[in-house]
Amino acid sequence: MKARVFVTLKPGVLDPQGKAIHHALEGLGFSGVNDVRAGKLIELDLADGTSDSEIEDMCRKLLANTVIENFRVERLENA
Amino acid sequence: MKSAVIVFPGSNCDRDLAVALEQVTGRAPTMVWHQESALPDGTDLIALPGGFSYGDYLRSGAMAARSPIMRAVIDAAGRGVPVLGICNGFQVLTETRLLPGALMRNARLNFVSRPVALKVENTQTLFTSGYNAGEVIRIPVAHHDGNYQADAETLDRLEQTGRVALRYAEEVNGSARSIAAIINEAGNVLGMMPHPERAIEAAHGSMDGRRLFEGLLETVS
Repeated sequence: MKARVFVTLKPGVLDPQGKAIHHALEGLGFSGVNDVRAGKLIELDLADGTSDSEIEDMCRKLLANTVIENFRVERLENA
Repeated sequence: MKSAVIVFPGSNCDRDLAVALEQVTGRAPTMVWHQESALPDGTDLIALPGGFSYGDYLRSGAMAARSPIMRAVIDAAGRGVPVLGICNGFQVLTETRLLPGALMRNARLNFVSRPVALKVENTQTLFTSGYNAGEVIRIPVAHHDGNYQADAETLDRLEQTGRVALRYAEEVNGSARSIAAIINEAGNVLGMMPHPERAIEAAHGSMDGRRLFEGLLETVS
């Protein structure tokens, strides 16, 4: 089974990389961009039956730094 | 004083740190590979060097912090053994939660590499006893992810309990409260972004880093 982990900065944490991307989009002529925040997608190819709590454990223990980041897990069964 | 320098894959300031420790303390440190499960007996000081451990992949210091040797380092820190984390070493310490907060991408997004002015805020620590209160020293920085951030409550607590050891005396990387170095609650763990090991001898352009190691030698031995 596959799982996708989305790691994003917590709201309120400054994101200078997001700002740089924002400016670059504006420079390309996209005027309707209000804000940009950049995160990470980590794709996991896991043994069938890996539990939600085990995936969450991976997130808390390594994939996300919960001081500054949130994470969201998407399970893709039969993928 | 018996010191140990932890070496991770991608650490590149470990040799400079070993040279500084040997020159100032008179005793070469033991270089300890990250896969080891134990520190040498009687280690008086553990040093985590700068560099790009694990290529800064995932987050700077994230995977190094989960290396086998770090269990021994965390245990030793819990028993009061002094731990000095420099640059990537500071990042590793925040990832282990031995120190609060996080080191994020520099505010202006550039890699900063130059000598910077630092104000010594607290000279009562094991690491800064060689300095005078309020003294401004010059030590080089070289980092991309040196922007220290923590929530307001943590920052206030650090300030109120004198745990900010060094503060940037000029704009460097956007760090909250211009924090350059902090210590843990017990006072035996210090993390700093600047490189004191690069300010040890006259040829370095500044010898201001020397007194950090001299202070340690005096307080730890």
